[in-house]
Amino acid sequence: MNETDLHFFIDSTINYFEEITGEQPVTGIPYLKGKEPVVLDYSGIIGISGKRKGCVYITTTQEMLKNLAQIILDNDEATVETIKDLTGEIANTISGNVREAYGSSFMISVPVVVEGKAKDIRLPEQVQAFVIPITWKDFQSFLVVCLE
Amino acid sequence: MHEKLRLLIVDDSFTICQAIEKNLSDFPLEVVGTAGDGKSALELFRNTNPDVVTLDITMPEMDGILVLEEMMKINQDVKIMVITALKDKATGLRAIQLGAKSYMVKPFTAEKLKAAVARMLGLN
Repeated sequence: MNETDLHFFIDSTINYFEEITGEQPVTGIPYLKGKEPVVLDYSGIIGISGKRKGCVYITTTQEMLKNLAQIILDNDEATVETIKDLTGEIANTISGNVREAYGSSFMISVPVVVEGKAKDIRLPEQVQAFVIPITWKDFQSFLVVCLE
Repeated sequence: MHEKLRLLIVDDSFTICQAIEKNLSDFPLEVVGTAGDGKSALELFRNTNPDVVTLDITMPEMDGILVLEEMMKINQDVKIMVITALKDKATGLRAIQLGAKSYMVKPFTAEKLKAAVARMLGLN
């Protein structure tokens, strides 16, 4: 993975929030993920196969997801099921949009959603994972990109 | 006054299904079903005979491109709008070659969705 790869994911993330909410998120400086878990309330995980292999996940807070759900569903009260579903959809959209750069050989899986802060997300071994901090409004999220 | 067209919504995210249904509520469309995977989508397609379909690509069981091919074999007149996160040109071209009338990339706003559906249905 190099800086260009990270830019594709940063651009895709910024586009997601801007398109849905009309408000750009602020992305922090990416850093290499260490042993410390990077897990907030809900995480949406996408497996990557084809020419690139690895995984991408977004992890975020319940409050941010509630806010997004209210925008998408026009002020409906978001249930836990909606919040979980939306987590997967965000991961799917950010990962799917980077095919603009990588082409159709960048294959994405359907999302897997993990609820809870207790454990870290298991990533492929021997592959560097980068963490991209995202702040939208006052809500913190992280996009973790782990690609061979 | 338009006669209502029968709409099938296919997406593995029920949030997206709800958003599509809500945003299109003022259109002359009657939702005849929603499906969260390719196999269920095809079954509903056969059973409900929709005029219009919104179709995701990345789904469990059977992906949207295969579903599109099958739907077009069953009814060549159906108007299918692919709504997907897959932003590459090759997938968009493939969908159009297979018979999709429109290809819209997620994320979408209510305005973008309404404009695309209006264009597809010739309601502008």
